[in-house]
Amino acid sequence: MRHIISLLMENESGALSRVAGLFSARNYNIESLTVAPTEDPTLSRMTIVTSGSEDVIDQITKQLNKLIDVVSLVDLTEGPHIERELMLVKVRAKGADQREEMKRMADIFRGRIIDVTDDTYTIELTGPVTKHDAFLEAIDKAAILETVRTGASGIGRGHRILTAG
Amino acid sequence: MQLNGAEIVVHCLREEGVEFVFGYPGGAVLNIYDEIFKQDAFRHILVRHEQAAVHAADAYARCTLKPGVCLVTSGPGVTNAVTGIATAHMDSIPMVVITGQVPTHAIGQDAFQECDTVGITRPIVKHNFLVSDVKDLAETIKKAFYIATTGRPGVVLVDIPKDVTQHVCEYVYPKTIEMRSYKPVEAGDSGEIDRAVELILSAKRPMVYAGGGVILSGAAEKLAELVRGTGYPCTNTLMGLGAYPATDPQFVGMLGMHGTYEANMSMQLCDVLIAVGARFDDRVIGNPKHFFDPNRKIIHIDIDPSSISKRVKVDVAIVGNVASVLGAINAKLKASKAKPDAEALKNWWAQIDQWRGRDCLKFDRTSPIIKPQAVVEKLYEVTNGDAYITSDVGQHQMWAAQFYKFDKPLRWINSGGLGTMGVGLPYAMGVQFAHPDATVACVTGEASIQMCIQELSTCRQYHLPLKIVSLNNRYMGMVRQWQEFFYGNRYSESYMDALPDFVKLAESFGHVGMLIEKPEDIDGAMREAFKLKDRLVFMDFRTDQTENVYPMVPGGKGLSEMILV
Repeated sequence: MRHIISLLMENESGALSRVAGLFSARNYNIESLTVAPTEDPTLSRMTIVTSGSEDVIDQITKQLNKLIDVVSLVDLTEGPHIERELMLVKVRAKGADQREEMKRMADIFRGRIIDVTDDTYTIELTGPVTKHDAFLEAIDKAAILETVRTGASGIGRGHRILTAG
Repeated sequence: MQLNGAEIVVHCLREEGVEFVFGYPGGAVLNIYDEIFKQDAFRHILVRHEQAAVHAADAYARCTLKPGVCLVTSGPGVTNAVTGIATAHMDSIPMVVITGQVPTHAIGQDAFQECDTVGITRPIVKHNFLVSDVKDLAETIKKAFYIATTGRPGVVLVDIPKDVTQHVCEYVYPKTIEMRSYKPVEAGDSGEIDRAVELILSAKRPMVYAGGGVILSGAAEKLAELVRGTGYPCTNTLMGLGAYPATDPQFVGMLGMHGTYEANMSMQLCDVLIAVGARFDDRVIGNPKHFFDPNRKIIHIDIDPSSISKRVKVDVAIVGNVASVLGAINAKLKASKAKPDAEALKNWWAQIDQWRGRDCLKFDRTSPIIKPQAVVEKLYEVTNGDAYITSDVGQHQMWAAQFYKFDKPLRWINSGGLGTMGVGLPYAMGVQFAHPDATVACVTGEASIQMCIQELSTCRQYHLPLKIVSLNNRYMGMVRQWQEFFYGNRYSESYMDALPDFVKLAESFGHVGMLIEKPEDIDGAMREAFKLKDRLVFMDFRTDQTENVYPMVPGGKGLSEMILV
């Protein structure tokens, strides 16, 4: 099953490689990993999307917690949460028909065209990973020139807050 | 007080009460070595290879429970130390490894003797640091000792660039350390402890399974209180030998791949298993699918949450320091009105005694060729069971574990997790430095001993009167045994041609060498060797080439599927 693990860690050099190294050393799946500093510059927030049986996820969270630099951790999928990814897709958009079709698809998926040339559009989409998968399925695959995805970031709903304390 | 980085390192080690630093100098650590030259708070022990420095520091920690400290230079100093670091890491040994690094401005430039120390060692340490500013040095060393010795102990490495050892700053050694990201637990959850006590008292076929965590937390006495108080059988893992006295009738022997028949059968068929500071690893329970029994309840006490339900699902999990948790359990057992079921326990012991009757460790005592088991038995007899025994890795390690009856903790020093051949001699060195008046013997084989044989020179320099008991069967014995059992007797590269004359080799290093070829000479030779109190004696026992370690649980099998002699 797919899990989104969110964690706060000391913003030290090498912290990211400790997490990445753990996943490869213990043969855990990693779908995506995003990391950036928080409002507190000594802390980094990381979102890891992974999958595995309950036993494997249990071990992943325990092993992550065991890393000395990890301050706190939550499995967002255990409760209500919001997941967002940013995706940039460069597509071929040549001729009125294709340009119109791409524009229409971007609108349907609430994307925005952020760069235009004579024969390309670059479309920005924000949303859950599944929406982006659906978008890529929906458009003409032959028209896709480039896809860039950030991987999911996640946050708990309401008062579900991950703090360093 | 204004100090440079090198002075700070020496001051910090003094503050930590370090007695010995095992190491080997080199370019990146020359400033630190210059400060070592000027002080006498601790002794520096010069080894012949960095691997041995780490092993010796590791052994010092294993036999004292104080953190071992070693110091090596950058690049090859570090890569040579890697085996030692991984060995200590796998057995959760508290150690601080200080490594030199090229100057900060040269990092990443492929400088002479540069390597990415933090990157290379990351998966084999509890934590590591690169100190890029001298102002962080003292606090980092404080953190290193704190992390190494608290929670589940482990190795912490501090990588110090050469320029940092030259730079000067105000030196203050922190008295205590607080880390928001690292807060090890001590006491176990009292609700879980209550559930454990209830389960312990409800057992019909109980079993206590104690591992290295009991040794590392100094909980042997508390374990004995639990076992004696309940009358339950107890087994120790390879890492736990000495946690419960081996000569006690409630001890059923070591368990696992080469455990006793009675220990493995009791482990498999018990209805309540009390796992204390042990981690159900593959050499202990074999295949977890075969081990699983829905009728068996498991209580697991361990300091590391990630050890719990990793290989085996448990029913009661108590995360905490083993000594603290056992203390709480003992107190509750004592206060409880309920007592263990005496009738059930009597039947259970009758069953165990029947398994004991198999005499699974028997061997041919009339053989005209020296049997390795007989050598270890004699070692036990000659040392009155009171020596510190180190071993290398292989058949001799298993025979030492099976036939030397450890009654006390901290006496059995071996590489259990990583299984590192070559540790035996440097381990013995580390133990002898920690306990200069103690009898220290290294049980080894002719293959293992050659992996760190250069340390005979270190032993000469420091006059270490070690006794090396080499069970020389001219084979990599454990490899040969697997090839006999599982590879149709195809002894691929497990035979070593052109062995040295170990007697002359020992003599060339300034030690005493003995060659023992007949069973009737074992006793005399060993007594003579141990009489030489101030000399290292290398005993080269020519043992039976075909002897195997029994019982054996083949890889992938269950504990009750043993090959017996």
